Formats: sequence, C-alpha cells, structure tokens
Amino acid sequence: MKKLFGHFIKGVGRENPTFGLVLGLCPTLAVSTSVANAIGMGCAATFVLICSNVMVSGLRSCIPDRIRLPMFIVIIATFVTMCELVLKAYFPALDKALGIFVPLIVVNCIILARAEAFACKHGVAASFFDGFGMGAGFTLGLSIIAIVREAAGAGSFFGARFPGRFEPALMMILAPGALLTLGLLIGAKQMIKGRRGR
Amino acid sequence: MGSKLFVSSSPHIHTDESVRRIMWMVSLSLLPAGAAGVFIFGPQALWVILAAVLGAVVSEALIQLVSKKKVTLLDGSAALTGLLLAFNLPASVPLWLPFAGSFFAIVIAKHLFGGLGQNIFNPALAGRAFLMASWPTYMTAFTRPLQYDAVTSATPLALLKEGKVFENLNYVDLLLGRRGGCIGEVCVAALLLGAVFLLAKGYISWHIPGSFLLTSGVLMWVFGPRGYLTGDWVFHLLSGGLILGAFFMATDYVTSPLTRKGQLIFGAGCGLITAVVRLWGGYPEGASYAILMMNAATPIIDRYTKNRVYGSK
Repeated sequence: MKKLFGHFIKGVGRENPTFGLVLGLCPTLAVSTSVANAIGMGCAATFVLICSNVMVSGLRSCIPDRIRLPMFIVIIATFVTMCELVLKAYFPALDKALGIFVPLIVVNCIILARAEAFACKHGVAASFFDGFGMGAGFTLGLSIIAIVREAAGAGSFFGARFPGRFEPALMMILAPGALLTLGLLIGAKQMIKGRRGR
Repeated sequence: MGSKLFVSSSPHIHTDESVRRIMWMVSLSLLPAGAAGVFIFGPQALWVILAAVLGAVVSEALIQLVSKKKVTLLDGSAALTGLLLAFNLPASVPLWLPFAGSFFAIVIAKHLFGGLGQNIFNPALAGRAFLMASWPTYMTAFTRPLQYDAVTSATPLALLKEGKVFENLNYVDLLLGRRGGCIGEVCVAALLLGAVFLLAKGYISWHIPGSFLLTSGVLMWVFGPRGYLTGDWVFHLLSGGLILGAFFMATDYVTSPLTRKGQLIFGAGCGLITAVVRLWGGYPEGASYAILMMNAATPIIDRYTKNRVYGSK
C-alpha cells in the first residue's frame, strides 16, 4: 500500500507533469486563464489518465509490442470521447470555455507518456495510482498557474473580482503571460530546490 | 573584476570611457528631447519621466539586493532604461503605469536574463511591449500637443492607418514635434541634436541608424499610397518613434551586433520590419517591435558576421 501511495505522491511532487517533467504544455498554457477552467481541464485529464492507465495496464499482455502506440491512442481516444460527450451534455459552459482542448487531450503527451513509460510495464493497481497522481499533479500545476494568471490578468479569483481599484495587466491572460508565469514558477521551484540542496 | 590588480592580455592601453560614463552621456544626449516633450505635453510629461526613472532605479536596487548582487545604481543603466521607457509613453498615462513598466523592464527583461550585458532584449522596449499588451487603452491615448488639458488626439501614423487626412500638418511641425505622440519621440529636432552629439563623440556609429533609416525610407517611398515610387518618405521618417528608435534604442550595445557588417544587417532588418508593419500591419507604428525582433536575431547575426581571425581561413 505504501508503495502504491508512493506512485501517487511522485506524480504530485517530484515528477509533477507541469513543473517537473514539463509535459502537456499545450493545454497548460492554453486553458490556465482562469482557475475554473484549469480545474475543469485538470479533472478531465485526470479521468482520462486513470482510465487509460488502468486499461493499458490490464491489456498489456495481449497488446502486440509493434502496434502498441496506435492501440494506446485508440484507448485514450475512447475515454476522451466519453469525457467530451459528458462535458457537452452536463457542463456546456465549461465545454465552451475549454473548446478544442478537450478533444486534444488525445494527443496530450502526459497521457501517452504514462501509458508507454508506466502502465504497459506495471500492474493495474500501480497504474491506477500513477494515473491518479499524475492527474492530480497536472491539476495542481494548472491551478497554480491559473491562480497567478487570473489574479494578475483579470483581477479576480474563481471569477470573483478583487475589491478596490485594481487594473489588471491584460497580457497575463494572453499567451505571453502564460509562458512568463510558467517560466517564473519553474524558476522559483528550482530556486527552492537549490536552497534545500545546499 | 575580483581584485584591483589584474594581469590581462594586450591591448594594455586603456581609455577613460566606462559603462558609467557612456550611460550618463547617452542620458545627457536625451535631455533636449525630454525637455521638448515636457514643453509640448506639459508638466504631466515630467511626472511620467520621473516616475519611470524612479521605478527603474528602485527596481534595480531591489533585485540586486534580493539576488545578493553588487548594487550598481551609479552606472546609470537603470536610470537610462527608465528614461527611454518614459520617452515611449504617452504623457497622459496614470503614474503607476511607468512604474509597472520599469519594474518589468529591469526585473524581467534585464536581471532575470543575467543583468547588464546579458539581456537579449532592450529592457526599455520590452517594458513598453509589456505595457502595450497589458493596458492598451492607456498606451494609445495621446494628448494634443501644446494644450495642457487632456484632450486626446490621434498620432499622424494612426490617422494614416485609418485613411484619414491630417489636420494641416507640415514637415516643420513634425520636425519640431507639434503632433500627438509619445513624450520623447515627437521633437525630432531635439532627438537629432542628441544623436549628432553621440555620433560626434563616437558613442554610437552610423551603421545601425543609417541602414535602419535608409531601408525604411526607401521602402516607404517605393510602396507609396498611389502606386510605386510615390510614398512620402520624409513624413514617415519624421513621424512615429523611428528617429528615437534608430539612434537611441537600436544602438544599445548589449542587444545589437558587434561587427560593422552585422550592424548594417541589423539596421536593415529593423527598417524592413518597421516598413512592413506601417504599410501592411495592424499597428500604426512598428519601430519598437522591429527592434525587439531584431534583438532576438542578434546572436545569429553575430555568429555569421564574425570577423575572420587574422591568418585563419
């Protein structure tokens, strides 16, 4: 059990997809304009990650090695389609905000990377926790970026505007603001890591 | 330098010139244009300049203290960045705006890249680009010249972009700066005075501004509004931030190529991008973005225009 929990913690901390592995940057940069979007995207990706990890891990003995990547994609695409249909049916506002980036989860490199690097070599339970941890880490990373960007770029938190006369810097919710925030946060993380190492 | 005594390879002849002296000389050469800007747009322009310079100096001190580097306020590079940033702002901006721009210029564009000498992009222009992307409404609200109430008016280039006619503007008005625009860019005569001083003292060479102005001028003339070779190139050279950019921003030592050949390429690239933005782009003025883009190209220009080492192939 402790080992399984370790798979979860690794995804949130040391191998955090956003700040550690720096994977899946396309949705990270695109939908981190508001905290609500970030959490929605994170949940969708987590769902797909867990399901595809479990499925790949369960089928790993009967997937021929030479065509494993197309098979992974089929599995991932199945869950992404399910996710997209659910979003469209029950959360139309979120679906509209996330737009093209929900179907694009199919090509999100974290999910394929976990299927290839972890799920096809480990058991179902370990893969479940790995997917859950990676998904949680992705959601966390996305949310941290979104909190900074929404506060600086729109002057609000979770859609609630700050009191007082604060004029937000529009650039922070545009593309350059995303790259800037990500760079500064990774820099801050490295700085803390360096301090601790010494 | 770690110690006071150091042994270096030749040349052993040193000059009195130092970073500090050059920075203050460039600042000095900008004074006429600043004074003209204050005269044209009123005391509000002076407050904007002071806020930007103060913001830059405070940011520099702060980041150097935080990152435990030596505090080098006296070399004047931060003050110069603030001054150049203020010259790129309209006079009517609220006073926190130059502060924010200076902070971005010094902390993000200069010190996070490693400080003076390491920055890829001209800090003042990066600060301006940040402000332009963040608060576009303030950055494009230009006041009317010589009327110290905040009546907004469009710049000549903005009018041109919208296809409107100018309110009887002649070359003399443009030269003296009787037009809407940013604080430091309007009075071309004062800018040219400062530029001649810098050229005469040898602080800048003619290569970058020369090829910059020539390229954009020729392109403006060739691609005129009424067919080829009908463009009003004098108007284009005198309006917008072209003169300020060509002589004071593009010639920044850190962010421009080292060799003469590289500098000619750099200036021509700046002129090309400026002309393309003005003629076909979405913004009325492109000089600042042109310089930033060529800043990004500087390392590769340097690589391909390296001087041949004597005796090597």
